[in-house]
Amino acid sequence: MIVDTHPHTHETAHAEEHAHVALPQHRHHFETQEQQREAGTFGMWLFLLTEIMFFGGLFFSYLLYRNWYYDAFVVASNQLSVPLGGANTAILITSGFCMALGVWAAEVRKKGLLVLTLILTMLFGIAFIGVKADEYHEKWEKHHIPGDHFDVSEFVNPHAYGLKEEPLPPDQAAHTQIFFSLYFAMTGLHALHMIIGLGILVWLTIRAQRGDFTAGYVAPIENFALYWHFVDIVWLFLFPLLYLINRHPV
Amino acid sequence: MHISPVLWQFLVKWLNASALFPREASTIAPYADALYFFLLLITVVGLSVVGALIFGFAIRYRKEKHPVAVQVEGSTLLEATWTIIPLALFLICFVWGALLYFRIYNPPTNAMNIYVVGKQWMWKAEHQGGQHEINALHVPVGRPVQLTMISQDVFHSFSVPDFRIKREVIPGRYSTVWFQATTPGTYHLFCTQYCGTNHSQMIGEVTAMTPDDFQKWLQASTSGMSLAQNGERLFASMGCNACHTGTAGSRGPNLAGVYGSKLQLTNGSEVLVNDAYLRDAILNPSEHVTAGYSPIMPTYQGQVSEDGLIDLVEYIKGLNSNYRIQQTLVTSQSDQTAPTTPAGVKP
Amino acid sequence: MSATSSTIVNLPDQKTARLPKRSYLNNEDGLLSWLLTGDHKRIAIMYLISITFFFFIGGAFAGLIRLELLTPQPDLVASDTYNKFFSMHGIIMVFLFLVPSVPATLGNFLIPIMIGAKDLAFPKVNLLSWYLYWLGGLFTLAALVLGGVDTGWTFTTPLSTHYLNTHVVTAAVGIFIIGFSSIFTGLNFIVTIHRMRAPGMTWFRMPLFIWSNYAASLLMVLGTPVLAITLVLVALERTIGIGVFDPTKGGDPLLFQHLFWFYSHPAVYIMILPGMGVISEVISTFSRKRVFGYTAVAFSSVAIALFGFFVWAHHMFIMGVSNYSALVFSLLTMLVAVPSAIKIFNWAFTLQKGSITFETPMLYAFGFMGLFTIGGMTGVFLGALGMDIHLTETYFIVAHFHFVMVGGMLMAFLSGIHFWWPKMTGRMYPESLSKLAAVTTFIGFNLTFLPQFILGYLGMPRRYHAYPPEFQVLNVLSTAGATVLGVGYMLPLLYLGWSLRYGAIAGNNPWQATGLEWQIQSPPLTENFIEVPIVDHEAYDYEWLAHKTEQEVTTVG
Repeated sequence: MIVDTHPHTHETAHAEEHAHVALPQHRHHFETQEQQREAGTFGMWLFLLTEIMFFGGLFFSYLLYRNWYYDAFVVASNQLSVPLGGANTAILITSGFCMALGVWAAEVRKKGLLVLTLILTMLFGIAFIGVKADEYHEKWEKHHIPGDHFDVSEFVNPHAYGLKEEPLPPDQAAHTQIFFSLYFAMTGLHALHMIIGLGILVWLTIRAQRGDFTAGYVAPIENFALYWHFVDIVWLFLFPLLYLINRHPV
Repeated sequence: MHISPVLWQFLVKWLNASALFPREASTIAPYADALYFFLLLITVVGLSVVGALIFGFAIRYRKEKHPVAVQVEGSTLLEATWTIIPLALFLICFVWGALLYFRIYNPPTNAMNIYVVGKQWMWKAEHQGGQHEINALHVPVGRPVQLTMISQDVFHSFSVPDFRIKREVIPGRYSTVWFQATTPGTYHLFCTQYCGTNHSQMIGEVTAMTPDDFQKWLQASTSGMSLAQNGERLFASMGCNACHTGTAGSRGPNLAGVYGSKLQLTNGSEVLVNDAYLRDAILNPSEHVTAGYSPIMPTYQGQVSEDGLIDLVEYIKGLNSNYRIQQTLVTSQSDQTAPTTPAGVKP
Repeated sequence: MSATSSTIVNLPDQKTARLPKRSYLNNEDGLLSWLLTGDHKRIAIMYLISITFFFFIGGAFAGLIRLELLTPQPDLVASDTYNKFFSMHGIIMVFLFLVPSVPATLGNFLIPIMIGAKDLAFPKVNLLSWYLYWLGGLFTLAALVLGGVDTGWTFTTPLSTHYLNTHVVTAAVGIFIIGFSSIFTGLNFIVTIHRMRAPGMTWFRMPLFIWSNYAASLLMVLGTPVLAITLVLVALERTIGIGVFDPTKGGDPLLFQHLFWFYSHPAVYIMILPGMGVISEVISTFSRKRVFGYTAVAFSSVAIALFGFFVWAHHMFIMGVSNYSALVFSLLTMLVAVPSAIKIFNWAFTLQKGSITFETPMLYAFGFMGLFTIGGMTGVFLGALGMDIHLTETYFIVAHFHFVMVGGMLMAFLSGIHFWWPKMTGRMYPESLSKLAAVTTFIGFNLTFLPQFILGYLGMPRRYHAYPPEFQVLNVLSTAGATVLGVGYMLPLLYLGWSLRYGAIAGNNPWQATGLEWQIQSPPLTENFIEVPIVDHEAYDYEWLAHKTEQEVTTVG
């Protein structure tokens, strides 16, 4: 038995060549296939609940500091690109749609469609990461990554940088670093979850190509889809909270 | 307390002599001890009841004497009893504890103020008259003393067990605690929040003295300048007097009499001007702009130490008129405005 | 076993008894068959060995602490070293011993069997949990070997983020990983209990051990992720300098306190609830009676878990939380104490009209009840706001949590280990020696920690390397007690090891207990049951057991 390194692949690891009851993937400690499937789904929902608590700490911190340093948060948030963030939102929603299609494909046993949708999900996911990488790079260039090299000059003297913002006093400008700390922590954690998901997607695609999921055993696809939708939903909260603070048409 | 004071004193002295109980050296100590004895009482009673049940049943129903067990489902009456009685006792503890808490953390209005700055690994106490102490605190008996405390680095905690008081000393904000010493003597002062290498060396002595002795000590220990006088010096040298002139049309609001008043800020909120507000306004002025004024005050974060802030706060607290401010304006060399916000500043 | 003997132990005839030919222990051979197993029982044994290893390391640090505190001067080791002692002691004991203790060993072993299942829902995730435990443990050992960490187990900021240059990030990473081990164990338990009960095993027919572990699992799953993210933020602040907790950058160190204690308070209930589950089983078996007030005890477990989420700021009463905040958290703290009291009384009344014997597990259970009562009541002292001001951050706190964790939880753990030892290994431990160890532990424990309550009220702060000389006598008493306690803990290690080879053969049900685990062979088969059990009786149904035993006797005949 191989131990998987990723916690949420326990369902994928169930695929053993056991000549057994209904399906080859039936695990011996479950009485019925139904029980196995229900347990797997329940387990994934529970895991997602832990993920909510994991992100929850960051969301709470965000709520607190946005309340305390609203002006700094507004100015810092306006540094983020709404077109890029919006594009990413669209990309991720599309990716989620592809994944949902994939679940359907698995259930109606259409292998080709399943593989296609999984690949599309992956591609959109990679596109998301690509856009994110570009955004991070821009922050790097502008010295907006928290730490020793953080530079508040754009906030203190926006006109010198061609921005139409009002300048922030230096003490408030220092608080933009908190915004960016939370920005990187939250989007970084989200991106990490996406990258892990992409890794799992590669594995699932390979196995889907082998036909593992179009013979009645759909649990890994279903449960992974749950995970992928969760990652999607987290972004749907992150986007308005981080990108859209007090945006006005300029 | 409802126990005869004579009996109480005897009990406490006897306990203290046994080296198993601290002295009661403040007005609040007997109240804390009363709650403690109540808690001890219910613990002992609770433990006795549980112990009696266990031992009683274990002996009475041991296998040799009671070979066949009788299956009992339960008893709602018993469940209710041992739910309600403990709950009632715990709620008494809650109310009593809450009352004690508010007593300890809400100072009377006539308390004399002493500032304490904690840093790794020493305590600095600053009396209003400018007397500075390290790892020591002299206080008079019979007068309420309020400590306004802040840390220069990490969390510390100021603890005087014989007074039954303790408060966390936090970086970035003031915390306060008050007490009234009752008996002259020296008492332990401990830092009780782990703060690094020499946490256990961050100890000192609180010396309570009769009012006369205290006065003598104050006079002997003065450095010449009170905190407020030092604050006045800082007020001028850091350029505060340039905007806060107290004249009509000045760039900064009038500070005479501002302490204790309610201020309207530009963001619409109303604040009470206390120590914490003054400190915050000096460090983060743009978030504390008085209504009717522009947000042009520069921040002094990093330019003034906690001791300096205490001096300034003391100074502003005692400011009744702008006479001396205007005097310092006349005597300072230049008529420069306060430093403007430099362009492209790196923090 | 006569009706008038003072023990209920019923062993097979030792002249002819043998261990079963096939069991989970000899089903497969070789190291890899253990390291790659999915069998919950093997994983439980591997956990048992692992946590015992870490327990003795943590215990060694405790010994060093008490050794230093024999004298008022800081004369044994340097201050930094001492600070590392108590930090490592706390980190190892909390995260590497107490949190996994009952769930990962007894819980893993027994939960599937008690509900009539063949294994946990996710055996591979179970094995992963064990590997994560070791990965985290290795990081912790690495932090130790590289020089130790001196943040205290509480990692208070800004001390841990800006003022220490020890291996904070290594230790934080270790605990982060161990946290996920805990989360996956809890997740496994919840799904198993919901979905894999045998036919007829309704929620209210489950042993109370299951209820307690279920409640603890809820806490593990919901609380631990918050610790994880908090540690991530601390690590980020240390490495790249984000200022989320740094007052000089606008951050708030009190935010760390809220986030940290949001997990760490439920953590103490994660630690104690499974122990309470053990006590229910033991008290019932050695009184030959169903637990008094089954429903009350079951719901109390869940109530403790629920209320446990809402009391975290009672660790922060003096840190500048608002008055209203303090009131709310104090009130809730008082409320969370009530279900524990309910349990103690229910257990006590289980004894009434029972038929009581005093084998070692029962002795530990009695010890638990007394010591947990003291520990729990001293918690009420601390929940009372004004009293907490004087007592917090002193040795009173140290005594309080050692009473509940060691006098409570560790005693419950030992009770459970002794109780289920014959089931897990097929062998009995030596009864007289184990009774001696139990009594030694009890005496040593009280001598160690009762003086600390007095020290606390006198004002001796915790985490102090040196102290005023007038506190010495009490400290010497405490260290003396610690020595006795150490002996008490070494003994089980020795005689339990001995029993693996030389202990009496136990047979299926040496305690004549109810519960599905006692109806199968000792040690159990890998698949636990030959056929799926159909459950038609309540938990702790001694009449059913008597009836079944009669039938067996007549049919074997």
